[in-house]
Amino acid sequence: MSDPRDQLPDHIPALRAFAVSLTRNMTEADDLVQDTILKAWSKFDRFTPGTDLRAWLFTILRNTFFSARRKTRREVADPDGIHAGGLFEAPAHDGRLAMGDFRRAFDQLSAEHREVLILVGANGYSYEEAGEMMGVATGTAKSRANRARARLAELLKLEAGEAMLETSAATLAVMGQSGHQAA
Amino acid sequence: MAQDKPQSPQLRRDIDENLKRVYDEILAQDVPDRFKQLLDQLKAKEAGK
Repeated sequence: MSDPRDQLPDHIPALRAFAVSLTRNMTEADDLVQDTILKAWSKFDRFTPGTDLRAWLFTILRNTFFSARRKTRREVADPDGIHAGGLFEAPAHDGRLAMGDFRRAFDQLSAEHREVLILVGANGYSYEEAGEMMGVATGTAKSRANRARARLAELLKLEAGEAMLETSAATLAVMGQSGHQAA
Repeated sequence: MAQDKPQSPQLRRDIDENLKRVYDEILAQDVPDRFKQLLDQLKAKEAGK
């Protein structure tokens, strides 16, 4: 029988990407991934073979992140500048959203909102799976994801239903309502 | 605060598309050596038991 620990290296890029999404800081993200690997290693006997190893690792990672955060109550800025700080600016009206603009808007979301969007939006987990990882009900995961998308659209000054990508400049018209306030 | 209003599938797709791009950027990065070293250490410790 193959040892699931041998598959751990395959998941490190995903763990780092998830960690960066939560911490918004590469150094802190790598420390978080390291803690996750150590914790996972020490309790691999509790992993059920045949189930989703990545989801299991993601759960350890997010629990580690949120419990450390509850302890210190710190909001880490972005000293490394990986997501290039600075004030958020309205997207250029060229019909395509600049990556920097999207990232800055994403970084302004709460950690809980970033988490659910990365799990559901980027990784393609179902609301049920995401809810299990986050320790909440499926319905909660779904409404959280919807609120996170709405908030993101608001920050990007996009009207619900308007396209972000590869559409005419007109569809990116700035809404009268500002989405600048911090969450 | 944004509420649970109905969202168009298009908006959702666009947001998810951008999320994947942000995520994939990190995903494509080389894994730092420290992780390989860490796993080697853990395995060595295990083997030594």
